[in-house]
Amino acid sequence: MTPLSSQAKPLDAGWDIEQKQVLKALGRRQGIDQGFSWLALSAVIFSLFVLVVLLADVLIDGIPVLSWNFLTSFPSRKAETAGIVSALVGTIWVMVLVALVTFPIGVGAGIFLEEFVPDSWLARAIEINISNLAGVPSIIYGLLGLQVFVRILFPITQGRTVLAGALTLALLVLPIVIIATRESLRAIPGSLRQAGFALGATRWQVIRSHIFPLALPGILTGVILALSRAIGETAPLITIGALTYIPFLPELSLRGLQSPFTVLPIQIFNWVSRPQADFHALAAGAIIVLMVILLLMNATAIYLRNRFQK
Amino acid sequence: MTSQSVSPVATEAALRAKNVSVYYGSTLAVRDVNLDIFKNEITAFIGPSGCGKSTLLRCFNRTNDLIRGARVEGKAMFHGTDLYAKDVDPVYVRRRIGMVFQKPNPFTKSIYENIAFAARINGYKGDMDELVENSLRRAALWDEVKDKLRQSGLSLSGGQQQRLCIARTIAIEPEVILMDEPCSALDPISTLQIEELMKELESRYTIVIVTHNMQQASRISDRTAFFNAEATESGNKVGYLVEYGDTEKIFNDPSEQATQDYVSGRFG
Repeated sequence: MTPLSSQAKPLDAGWDIEQKQVLKALGRRQGIDQGFSWLALSAVIFSLFVLVVLLADVLIDGIPVLSWNFLTSFPSRKAETAGIVSALVGTIWVMVLVALVTFPIGVGAGIFLEEFVPDSWLARAIEINISNLAGVPSIIYGLLGLQVFVRILFPITQGRTVLAGALTLALLVLPIVIIATRESLRAIPGSLRQAGFALGATRWQVIRSHIFPLALPGILTGVILALSRAIGETAPLITIGALTYIPFLPELSLRGLQSPFTVLPIQIFNWVSRPQADFHALAAGAIIVLMVILLLMNATAIYLRNRFQK
Repeated sequence: MTSQSVSPVATEAALRAKNVSVYYGSTLAVRDVNLDIFKNEITAFIGPSGCGKSTLLRCFNRTNDLIRGARVEGKAMFHGTDLYAKDVDPVYVRRRIGMVFQKPNPFTKSIYENIAFAARINGYKGDMDELVENSLRRAALWDEVKDKLRQSGLSLSGGQQQRLCIARTIAIEPEVILMDEPCSALDPISTLQIEELMKELESRYTIVIVTHNMQQASRISDRTAFFNAEATESGNKVGYLVEYGDTEKIFNDPSEQATQDYVSGRFG
């Protein structure tokens, strides 16, 4: 140990800088700062501009065709009498089923993987694979659904039906729900788990009473965002062979699950690919309806999150 | 390592560590600890950071099980039963040996529910209101919270939260209470309240407290264990028990030089 010297240590020669130079360099640094914020602002403006143009285009084309008749009529060869009722009802049927299937399975799998499985190479392998599944193109799920739900499980689904479509879409969004569940659970501090265990609670008691209620808003948000993805999917449903012309509604019973169906994105796709401009306007109208449903779902997610977070 | 200073009036040992070593993965954290913790006494674990005193504490109610990769060798015993025997359920161990943590961790529920949850999961059949009141009284918190039992446990101050955690722990009548630096996040007045509370609880419970505060150890404990850490060739720090005996002796006339240096504030 060297004794502390009474004199102040002389400055390192590298710090011998003139004040004028310091200020000049500072000016340049502030300039770069400003430049970056403009760059970021222009990125925001660009993306908003694209969105606004898109929305304006759809609204200008679509608003004139929106009417009660449009919502309650079946599709038709004549543009002036065509409507979206079978696609709208089909979408609601499919989404309710997807929600009923994904919530228990996805949340259950998420809880198991996050809270119960000990750390092992198998657990890590499963985790990586689930993340990968979330990025698989949706048409692959369509092919899977076609083979498994339409062909192999024909006795149950009766082929290209509401049930087969919903199960295919459920498969598609399951990874998203599992990941959202795990992330919500991971955000709950470990000290709460310790508190429960230290009182002689079992794993299930700790999760049921303290962890799950706190994670629920995040889980619900994840589920609804996953459903928002499913509602716009077209490719997998076309792959499994959903029809485009359905002149009837599925029965409101278990048998209804086994009836052929169509959904809004397929109806839109069908109308857009026709040559007549009248049908293009109908497609724009259907897009508006789909968007309203989507916004309602997202609003529900926000409402639930705020409500449970109290 | 010495134990000849332990007072001759041998009360019953509630907890016993026999050659306990704890590993995290392949890293040895604390090695070869032998000590007895006696019934209805307050035992303090002191020592510099990283000496394994919290790790050893967690062995006694198997909270190390919750840390991935943690492994315990040797025997940690509770009234002669090996806590790590195959047929011992860790949930039951924790029900008998409670724990209070460094940072107050009340559940995000009402004050009442914080205590009722502990009792309910353990099958309490009696009058819940009475149990909640008694537990809060014994934790010296009743007068401060009796009019707001339905408010969230998180609305209390840090010291009150810690006393709520103690109330919740004693509500289920454990035999032993392990305390892992229970006052390190609290102000001096709350610390004093918790210390007074511990003195009162001593007659009914066996208490083990890990503390960095040597005055606290000398004020409240009957016996003190001093741990130290040494670096291995690979650069890891391994904790070990240096000396264990009556608090009086450890602080005034320790047998080991390291203990003398630590309690007089020369290192650590």
